[in-house]
Amino acid sequence: MTSLLAAIRSEFLKVFTTRVWWGLALILFVYVGFAAAGAALLFANIPGAAESSGAGAQATSEMLTQPGLIYGFATSIGYVFPVLLGALATTGEFRHQSLTPTFLANPNRGHVLVGKVLALTGVGALYGVIALVASVGLGGGALAISGIDPMLADSDTWALIGRAVLAMALWGAIGVGLGAVLPSQVGAIIVVLAFTQFVEPLLRLASSFSEVTASIGRFLPGAATDALVGPSFYTMMSAQQDALTWWQGGLVLLGIGVVVALIGYATTWRRDVT
Amino acid sequence: MTAGVTIEFDGLSKSFGAVQAVDDLTFHVEPGKVTGFLGPNGAGKTTTLRMLLGLVQPTSGSATFGGVPYAKLPVPAATVGAALEAASFVPGRTARNHLRVHASAARLPANRVDVVLAQVGLLDVADRRVAGYSLGMRQRLGLATALLGDPGVLVLDEPINGLDPEGIKWIRGFLTALAAEGRTVLISSHLLSEVQQSVDEVVIIAKGRLAHVGTLASLDAADTLRVVVNSPEHERLATALTAAGYTFDQARAGLIVHDVEAIDIGRVALAAGIPLSALSRHRSGLEDSFLALVSGGEDHA
Repeated sequence: MTSLLAAIRSEFLKVFTTRVWWGLALILFVYVGFAAAGAALLFANIPGAAESSGAGAQATSEMLTQPGLIYGFATSIGYVFPVLLGALATTGEFRHQSLTPTFLANPNRGHVLVGKVLALTGVGALYGVIALVASVGLGGGALAISGIDPMLADSDTWALIGRAVLAMALWGAIGVGLGAVLPSQVGAIIVVLAFTQFVEPLLRLASSFSEVTASIGRFLPGAATDALVGPSFYTMMSAQQDALTWWQGGLVLLGIGVVVALIGYATTWRRDVT
Repeated sequence: MTAGVTIEFDGLSKSFGAVQAVDDLTFHVEPGKVTGFLGPNGAGKTTTLRMLLGLVQPTSGSATFGGVPYAKLPVPAATVGAALEAASFVPGRTARNHLRVHASAARLPANRVDVVLAQVGLLDVADRRVAGYSLGMRQRLGLATALLGDPGVLVLDEPINGLDPEGIKWIRGFLTALAAEGRTVLISSHLLSEVQQSVDEVVIIAKGRLAHVGTLASLDAADTLRVVVNSPEHERLATALTAAGYTFDQARAGLIVHDVEAIDIGRVALAAGIPLSALSRHRSGLEDSFLALVSGGEDHA
């Protein structure tokens, strides 16, 4: 047990003693903040929304400026950041051959991997807080300027914020496992970016065309994130009928994290370190 | 400091596919001495040390610290300090932070960090990122990492490689002092000359097999007798030696005759009336004995 606690502590220290974490955090903040604020300003001012004759446009505007949707930018576009950080935490050990000192310090490799997963879950939650400060602060501010209630007194909003932090934490854990499965740093980065930015959105769109594929599409990681946090622009585009409930979405993410970490442990993590 | 324990290799073997990297190594490394673990590049030194430290799984046999495998030691870094070749540091992390991470992962007190930084002379540059370190500075940082737990056993892979002459002199004294405190010190090298001034014992491997175990002096004993003889009347000397039944090699310094005493050659020359310009017993030196042992290993392959 103490060796596990030591592993968690040292993995936190590893993250915070190099510059990658705050570099990514800075980009995350700017990216999510601009997207949330930009969307709020854009959709609140759809031409015709203010006039009584434009009832349809007003409805669209109201739908698109729900505060939850704006705040959800933290996860819907921000989740790639904790995955990347998690993947870099693992692939970096292979790339810099620092697995040698890591396993010399703690020969219990299972503890090291679990410690990494838990530490990056914590850092993922921190990224969640940063992303939400951006989406709620800048996005909510933009809504308020446009005369829309940012709903910050609403407990539902705060529940959404809490679930978004949880989602970002789980994505950090998934990243660690992913890095263990794909120890090539460049390979892992390409897979994360290609999957989250391109493959998954396409799959979600494609899966929505029939009921059978739609029921499978619900388990895609991005769809599960939306189920956990709340509807995003992706869900609105693919118009899924019966998405998972929030806790089912959370369990899907947790399951993905556990399975990926186990595969990584069984394959690359137990190999000879030469 | 924990007491030094004996490192025990027992029938240790490792094959990578069809390649037998390490083949049935059995030897002990005792506390209180510096032991050199020698062999040419590719002889299996690093693989052997990595098996000892639980990083590589042996195909068969075992390597333990007084009977306990590395991974089973209660706090491994407090018993054994290790620095392996190509010491691997994340370049973006400072030396001090590298040691802080290691201390926390290995459950060692954080106040040791500054102690070992001072011990290896890196205190002034401890807050620089390792990316800017020279090979010699990385070697010192590797050594500092190994010393963090104030261990009774030190396992160092090629610790002298990359050090400047001053650094070499420093590390020799340092290792000797550590052994004098009763620690077990095992250092590997592919050059005997690099370590012969600091080691008491040598273990030599070639092609994954044990070639020689003993004191440094025992390498000398393995030396064969050779006599160098020369004369202005070179041709006559050669003829006389052949007639007396000796075989010899031609060398720049004269003729080299194997397995004889100098006096025997002197008698041959006297009997034939040949003036000699040189006659001496020739010691081949440790390096030659080492090379002979190491190339002898090739016959097994």
